[in-house]
Parts: sequence; C-alpha cells; structure tokens
Amino acid sequence: MIDVKDLVKCYGTEQAVAGISFSVTPGEIVGFLGPNGAGKTTTLRVLTGYLAPTSGQVNILNYNIEKNPIEVKKRIGYLPESNPLYYEMNVLDYLMFIAELRGIEKENIKNRLSDIIYLCGIKDVLSKNISNLSKGYKQRVGIAQAMIHNPDILIMDEPTSGLDPNQIIEIRDLIKNLRKEKTIILSTHILSEVQATCDRVIIINKGKIVADGKTGEINKFVTGNEELTVKLKGGIENTAEIFLDIHGISELNVKSISHALTEIKIISKQGIDLREKVFNRAVERKLVILEQTRTILSLEDVFRMLTQDDVTHSGKEKVSKKAEKNNDSEI
Amino acid sequence: MTQKFDSNINFNNIWVIFKREIKTFFDSPMAYIVIVTFLIMTGWFFSSTIFLINQATIEGYLDILSLVFIFFVPAITMRLFAEEYKSGTIEIIATMPVTDNEIILGKYLAGFGIMAIAILLTLFYPVCLLFISSPHVGTIIGSYLGLLFLAMFYISIGIFASSITKNQIIAFLVSFIICFFFFIAGKIIGMLPGTLVSIFEYIGIDSHFNNITKGLINSRDIIYYISASAFFYILTLRMINIRK
Repeated sequence: MIDVKDLVKCYGTEQAVAGISFSVTPGEIVGFLGPNGAGKTTTLRVLTGYLAPTSGQVNILNYNIEKNPIEVKKRIGYLPESNPLYYEMNVLDYLMFIAELRGIEKENIKNRLSDIIYLCGIKDVLSKNISNLSKGYKQRVGIAQAMIHNPDILIMDEPTSGLDPNQIIEIRDLIKNLRKEKTIILSTHILSEVQATCDRVIIINKGKIVADGKTGEINKFVTGNEELTVKLKGGIENTAEIFLDIHGISELNVKSISHALTEIKIISKQGIDLREKVFNRAVERKLVILEQTRTILSLEDVFRMLTQDDVTHSGKEKVSKKAEKNNDSEI
Repeated sequence: MTQKFDSNINFNNIWVIFKREIKTFFDSPMAYIVIVTFLIMTGWFFSSTIFLINQATIEGYLDILSLVFIFFVPAITMRLFAEEYKSGTIEIIATMPVTDNEIILGKYLAGFGIMAIAILLTLFYPVCLLFISSPHVGTIIGSYLGLLFLAMFYISIGIFASSITKNQIIAFLVSFIICFFFFIAGKIIGMLPGTLVSIFEYIGIDSHFNNITKGLINSRDIIYYISASAFFYILTLRMINIRK
C-alpha cells in the first residue's frame, strides 16, 4: 500500500532523512517513534507530498508521489504537526472549504459533513471561530479535516501532543475505531501512545530506521531483555562466583556491598525467568534473600537504547540505570 | 520536484481558493481600513489637483495613483502566502489534491479582485467631474483600464514577495521595493548612460502607463503588462517549488 525505498531528504547540506525504506500493508496502524529531530515529520511530509524527496522512491497505492502527486493526495488524509488551521474561519466554513478543495461532489458534501461532525464530536462548535476553540476541539477539527473525504490512508503527525489525558484517550479511541477500515501512520515521541494504539512500530533516529517490528516484539531488538535485582543480607565477598554458573545468566554485576547488604544485578538470556533458580541457589548456600525484583525492559528502555548514540556501545550500563529508576517508581 | 506546467487546471479549485481569500479579507477589519484609507488618499489627491490647476482633468491624479498603488498593493498581497507559511496552513493546502498553479492563480485572482473593487470605487471621482464639466470619457475609461493593468502587474510582484518569506512585513517591504523600482525606472532615464536608457524606458511602467492613460491602447503596452506579470508569476511558482 505504501512503499518507501531509500528515501533521502536534505535541507541544504543537512540530511534530515538518510535513506529509509519500509512498506505498510492495508489496515495496519504504524507508529513512527523517535526523539525530536529524528526525521519523523520530514518523512511524513514526503509521504503526503508536501516535501519533495531528494532521492529515493515513494509509491502510495501504486502511484508515484512525484509523478502523480494529485492522485496520491486524493487518497491521503493528513493531520500536520501542531495542527495548523485557518484561525480566522469558523468551523463549518473551514470544513466546507476543505470538502470543496477535496473535490467532494456538491450533493454529497452535506452528508459527508454531518457524518464527520458526528464522528469527531464537533457539533456544538460549528459556528465558532477556530481561534476561540480549546486545544482539544482544535485537534478534533484537524482530524475532521483529515478524514472528510474518507481517505484510505490517514497520516497523523503527533495527533495527541498538547492534549490533556482525557482528550488523549478520546483521540486514541477515535483512532482505534478506525482500525481495519484505514491504514494509519502516526508519529509520536510518546511511547505509551504507540503501545496503546499501534500494531507496528518503526523507531527512527537521526534519519535512519533503527528498529521496525510488531509493537509487542520490538524489545527483542535489544539483547538481555530481562533483568533481576537481588538483595542479599550481609556482605558477601564472592557473590558472582556463587550465582554465575546458573544456566541462563548472560551477565551479572555486583552493584554494591556493605556489611549489611549485597546487591547484585542479573541480566538473563531471552525469555528465561531466573527467580526460582536464584532463590534455590541462595538457599543452598544459606544466604538470605531480602528482595528480588524482575524488570522486563519496557518499550521505553528499548527506545532509549536504540536512539541514544553512546548507549548502543555500552548499552547495558545505561539500561541498568534506567531499570533501576523504573523499579523505584514501581515500588 | 521538477517544475511542471500542468495543463490540467481545475477551475473549480481556483474558485474555491479565490472565494476563501476574498471572504477572509472582507471578514477582517484590515480590509476596511485599507480600502477606506485608499479612498481617502485618492480622493484627496484627486480634488487637490483639480483645484490646484483649475481644470477638469485626471492626468495628474492618475500619476499619483500609480504611486499610491506602490503602498496599497503590497498591503493587500503581503499576507497571501506569508500568512500560510507562518501559520503552517500551507501544509494543509499543499497536501490537498490541487496543483501549485491552482493555488497561485486562486490567490492572484483574489488579490486582483480586491484591488479591482478598490479601483472601481474611485470611479466615483471622475464621475463627479461629469457633473461639473465635460471631461473626455474615453480618456477616463482608458485610464482605468491602465490602472487595472498596473494593478495586475503589481499584484504579481506582491504575491512573489509574499511567497519568499513567512514574515508579512518583509513581504510588504520587498514588494514595495520591487514596485518602486519599476515605478522609478522610467523617471530616471535622464540620469542614465545612453545604453541603458532604452532598456529602462521599456521596463519602467511610465512609458506604458502614460500611453494608456492618454487613451492609447496598443498591443505593445498590453504585452508589457502581461509578460511582466507572467515573469513574476513564474518566479512565484519557482519559489513555491524551491521551498518544498
């Protein structure tokens, strides 16, 4: 449905998108994830035909974006970043303007408008000036704008940014309701958003794709994805030797030793739960376990590992720190 | 993107964009301030020249009008693209199934429509002359045709200036400077070396504008206005493409 091949976009000499390729199948909800300035917005702008690619191919529904921009644009609904609107217009005039530009036939405009007004819940604000609307309503008007022509593909750049939690949930529900009917690409730097709405996540950093996979599977991109923190009573000198031969341990670090407490961190191989084995080993050696905490790397950790340059090399150290923070907040 | 002159121009799209621009303009108080100021200024210049030379003629008035245009056309055209770039709505309109030509033409015609309304309102003054004396009606019609051509040219400059920036003040100043250049080019030929005289005389508006206001409508002057407008139109199209 959407095919992007070796897409490069430069601003002057600066490469905002440095050769990315991906394809999207019909009905997928794809989350574009990346830190600010990673090239998300630029990629989406190329997909919608707003920016021209410096090199590479973009085909949408078998139309080339450069050769057939009008055909592509007809089939895409787009909510740009920060949701620009003609503030001086009222909501109905604005949607009317968009509907006419979208080339919806005169006899269908009324039906289409009332459908979209119902779907986006903007009936009460139709005669208001857009500049007087709250941010949540502005966002709904923006989404109404993007969907007025019932497009096959919906592209939304940070659709929930700046909204309050209730509004975020409303927008997410709206997106979920469109599932299966439409192909949706949305960008965000909020991880929970991807987990909440998307089937698939593409993580992009410095103009390159660093990970691409199903939302549930994306943490497989990072090795050692389970971490166990164990606190043992007393100062134990050779802890590492005691536990290291347990099957499934990929790494073990002694974090701190004092006369009262020894804390170790164990990173296990994929999908292995070490808690029982560690417990048994401790019992064998007559050690007292005060606390065991298991941390499964969240998407957030994966994201950090993939998008922070220095992390990819000495990743584990940072990840431990991160996981530590997580524990604190969970406790 | 390679520049294409898409021959398939959809007039409905131009109409939709034109309509929105006109509506936005007249919905804001800015429109009335600009037009009323324009009418007051032109009215004052009109009446003062008549009483000064005590003749029922509009020649001096027209000359001043071409100067007044240099201020008013940029005031009308400055927001056409700059505002869209500033608020980001250009991203909405550029991702609609419309071509760049349709967008520019819609805005161009809106600018021209507003200017045409302002110009036609000033017809009130020469019509007044008809009651107190007998001015040459052909000259008046010719002059007003000349004014419309001049507006057409200046608006293409104004739209180009608006397409290069997101700052309306810069758009205003750039179009003011370019318009002023064409205004002054024909007036400074006395100070130029011989080789440049004929060039400046041709590109300046003076020679062409004076012909038309005398009631002489010839193809040479019309071609001048149309080709000069087309030149800035193409520059605008280029500019919009470069910004992609």
